[in-house]
Amino acid sequence: MATTELSPLQLGPVLATFERRPDVLISLLQAVQASLGYLPPDAMGAVARHARVPRSRVYGVASFYSQFRFNPAGRRRVAVCRGTACHVSGARMILEELERTLGIAEGQTTEDREYSLETVACIGCCGLSPCLSVNDEVSAKLTPKKVRKQFRAAKKSAPR
Amino acid sequence: MTDIMTSKVQVSIDGRTVEVDRSATVLAAALENDVFIPHLCHDPDLIPAGVCRLCFVELDGRLVTSCNTPVTAGATIRTDTAAVKETVRGAVELLLVNHHRGSLDCDEGEACELQKIARFVGIDEARLRRLRHPDRNLAADTSNPFLEFDPNICVLCGICVRTCDEIVGVAAIDFVQRGVYTTIGSAPGEQWIDSDCVSCGECVVRCPTGSLSLTDVEVPEREVKTTCTYCGCGCGIHLGVAGGRIVSARGVRENPSNEGRLCVKGRFGFEFVNAPDRLKTPLIRRGGVLEEATWDEALDLVAEKFSVHRGASFAAIASAKLTNEENYLIQKLARAVQGTNTVDHCARLCHSPSVAGLVQSFGSGAMTNSSQEIGDARCVFAIGTNTTAAHPIIGLQVMRSIRQGGKLIVANPRRIELAQHADLFIQHRAGSDVALLMGMMRVILDEGLHDPQFIALRCENFEAFRESLARYDDATVEEKTGVPFARIAAAARMYAENSPASILYAMGITQHTHGTDNVLATSNLALLTGNVGRPSSGVNPLRGQSNVQGACDMGALPNVYPGYQKVDRPEVKAKFEAAWGVELDDAPGLTHLEILSGVTGGRIKAIYLVGENPALSEADATHAQEAMDQVDFLVVQDIFLTESARYADVVLPAATFAEKEGTFTNTERRVQRVRKAIEPVGGARTDLWITCEIAKRLGAAGFDFETAAEVMDEIRALTPSYGGITYERIEETGLQWPCPGADHPGTRYLHGERFPTRSGRGRFFPLTYRPPDEEPDDEFPLVLTTERSLYHYHTSTMTRRVPGLELLRSEELVEIHPQDAAALRVATGDEVRVTTRRGEVVARALVTEVSPPGTICMTFHFHEAPTNVLTNAAYDPVAKIPETKVCAVRVEPVG
Ligand code: SF4
Ligand code: SF4
Ligand code: FES
Ligand code: FES
Repeated sequence: MATTELSPLQLGPVLATFERRPDVLISLLQAVQASLGYLPPDAMGAVARHARVPRSRVYGVASFYSQFRFNPAGRRRVAVCRGTACHVSGARMILEELERTLGIAEGQTTEDREYSLETVACIGCCGLSPCLSVNDEVSAKLTPKKVRKQFRAAKKSAPR
Repeated sequence: MTDIMTSKVQVSIDGRTVEVDRSATVLAAALENDVFIPHLCHDPDLIPAGVCRLCFVELDGRLVTSCNTPVTAGATIRTDTAAVKETVRGAVELLLVNHHRGSLDCDEGEACELQKIARFVGIDEARLRRLRHPDRNLAADTSNPFLEFDPNICVLCGICVRTCDEIVGVAAIDFVQRGVYTTIGSAPGEQWIDSDCVSCGECVVRCPTGSLSLTDVEVPEREVKTTCTYCGCGCGIHLGVAGGRIVSARGVRENPSNEGRLCVKGRFGFEFVNAPDRLKTPLIRRGGVLEEATWDEALDLVAEKFSVHRGASFAAIASAKLTNEENYLIQKLARAVQGTNTVDHCARLCHSPSVAGLVQSFGSGAMTNSSQEIGDARCVFAIGTNTTAAHPIIGLQVMRSIRQGGKLIVANPRRIELAQHADLFIQHRAGSDVALLMGMMRVILDEGLHDPQFIALRCENFEAFRESLARYDDATVEEKTGVPFARIAAAARMYAENSPASILYAMGITQHTHGTDNVLATSNLALLTGNVGRPSSGVNPLRGQSNVQGACDMGALPNVYPGYQKVDRPEVKAKFEAAWGVELDDAPGLTHLEILSGVTGGRIKAIYLVGENPALSEADATHAQEAMDQVDFLVVQDIFLTESARYADVVLPAATFAEKEGTFTNTERRVQRVRKAIEPVGGARTDLWITCEIAKRLGAAGFDFETAAEVMDEIRALTPSYGGITYERIEETGLQWPCPGADHPGTRYLHGERFPTRSGRGRFFPLTYRPPDEEPDDEFPLVLTTERSLYHYHTSTMTRRVPGLELLRSEELVEIHPQDAAALRVATGDEVRVTTRRGEVVARALVTEVSPPGTICMTFHFHEAPTNVLTNAAYDPVAKIPETKVCAVRVEPVG
């Protein structure tokens, strides 16, 4: 139960702009994520106290929406498309290959904070499926082999 | 068709016409008439959610989910049409495939409702195999000592989530993540044990699939219906027995005190009964060491010594953990055999001000209402009670009241869990309750929110009280309490304007040098607003131990016989002299603290200490230990070799609640049966047998009892409020006193027509604010207040022998506000030394905003850090309760 408090200096001003009511929860989470880049557990605890909702509800709501992340983003944000076209053409294999190569699961960030891995709905290049983007730069018509090649550097540093 | 008078309606279910409750759902109506409709997310205690989509029926030709569709008069319900079957089968298949390892034979067997449903609707395994299965295999969460969660067979019915929210009010868990990854959790990567879960197990007992399950279940061979031995909520439990051991506990649904619900202690806290270090044989001190002895040797020695210490030099300390029958016998032994009224018990240290105070104002010192009524209050005012920790099942009633739109006011120096549910939270300075309450009353009177009619018709001494209110002007109240007056005024209005209102209080009110005044302030408030004498409206002291109410009722108090009949009234004395056939003393005896200081003063020579542990529980415990060390002859009768037993000359091994027959009276005055589940371990004997044996060896008549029921017969004859209570009548459900006659139904709430005072009226009391005995100064700059942990009980003799409870909380923690911690350069986990004028204790710090700046807080559960070495034994002049809630301390980092 004991949670270490996040420095109020960091979150205090953000929280202070919101009323202490449950219905501000989502906007409050957005504001906190905008200021910290992601939602660390302590911040969610602070949000729970501020909005007067249980901690579990905060995580329940936050994890229901794909816009929220619970790990800091890597310097390179890898986003695998799971739109219908990509799904049909093997997005799952691409994702699994990335998980192996980067040594992290979807939603996680490598220890050196170089890469983070997430999935997104259609990124609008269905003709080039399956595809992914790294910091908005798209790699298209992927195969597991291409993925391995592209992320070979990461594989070496990946903690195994 | 509809009979308006009976609120029943007729419906047809699968062609059969039946009468059902107008307010029933289609599902409830069918189940009640033995028509099975598959359902997974339905639980009779929860608001229908309609998420599992298994409970489809055709209602007048329309497919509807039956769990959240009310019946209508004349409706035609079909559970067996092709459309229903096809829809349900599809839903079952999806659940099996997506959430249940995709298989029909899971090892949960009968525990799994989904398996039963699958058999009922007839699922084809071959078809299942063709459906695509998710390939995830998640790790089970086994972090909690009492329960496990296996996400792979979870069907996401949400019963656990709703139970934890709707019933327990904790909301430790929720649906987390999305899509096929949805599961039950609390925070990213967080294990169950680190969530807000209070381990009550209510979600586990409702889980339909075995996804949530109890750890280490041993199936009982038989079950015995009895009453929980822990707190005063007095929950009904079915104790499970296997191989002569207690292996399980389950709530009794028909019991009105708990309706089947239990807290962590009541569900998981009974391993102590079978602990290997139970006392199994009498011990006698020979040459300075306690040596094993036979019962005859021990009892003869006790009788021999007691016979020379008769009258004023003898003291008995009974126990709120013993049955009514045993308490009755102990006070009878003290009075009729030893010739002294010096018999007391630990209620002195918890609720003596309630008995002393409420008797003066209302004529009776018990809870005015029933536990269930609290859930129906429009306003609950919880002052000086950490209800969810110390009285968890009554805490659930507070949650129920909130859910029904009732207001909650919490007044507590600490930001307790209930505070987060409160409409108004008042964090007043420890010990400033009189100022707070009188300030509220002045607002009520100034703004005309009082109940003049009630005051005129049913109360007395109003004018004197009104005059005393003038002293509580805004500035004074603000200064004493440290709370902005506007907040106090808001609380006053909220309480006065939402009736019925119920005041709950506990040790935060009583354990003060002005404890009796605090109690009188609560009764003033209730009288002023007419909030007493109706359902859900009254003043409710929450009694701490399983039978503390009963121990008081039985006269284990130095000034009263059973039923609060005063020892100094000639007619009362005559009555008991006639009944017991002996001459009795009319001088009230000594109280708890007076007994111990009577030892050091040379008056008390022999103490018969039953089921209590003053070495840890007494304020200024060092003094208590000195007294026990000094007294000529100390007999300790207990289930373990407690810290106090180490001082004994003779130790007598007693039976636990699971090994004997009798009754407990819970905090709502309900007298309930305690039943023997197993034989006493080793050579232990029941306290009933031991006390009678001592009395007989002292040559006394009137102790030839074979059974507890025979003792109850004698109690009934002498105690008017128990006059109608027989074992036959309480076989199924307990009775609430007053129950004066054989056909009296018992009393749910007190003071409906008149108060049992001499005048029949409730009495107002003018009150003067008095500060705590010890206030912080330069040398001792902080305030120490004390609390209880949910996971432990009293001095933890029982709960620390339950490994799971020990895991959940294993040490004393000094709660300290971040501001004070920073000034002292102390972080969570650091060892600190806490010093008062009386002693010092070392424990780890827990830096938290629960404690306000300037105040630290500790429990008294841990013998390694005996908090009561620190506390102040200064006592209330009327009730003689020590001020364990406030003393001045100094905190320093160790090393
Ligand atoms: S055990 Fe009780 S507190 Fe814990 S999650 Fe279940 S219902 Fe909630
Ligand atoms: S400890 Fe109290 S609340 Fe918990 S089960 Fe026992 S009687 Fe009920
Ligand atoms: S589905 Fe992947 S880009 Fe559209
Ligand atoms: S029981 Fe009706 S939808 Fe689950």
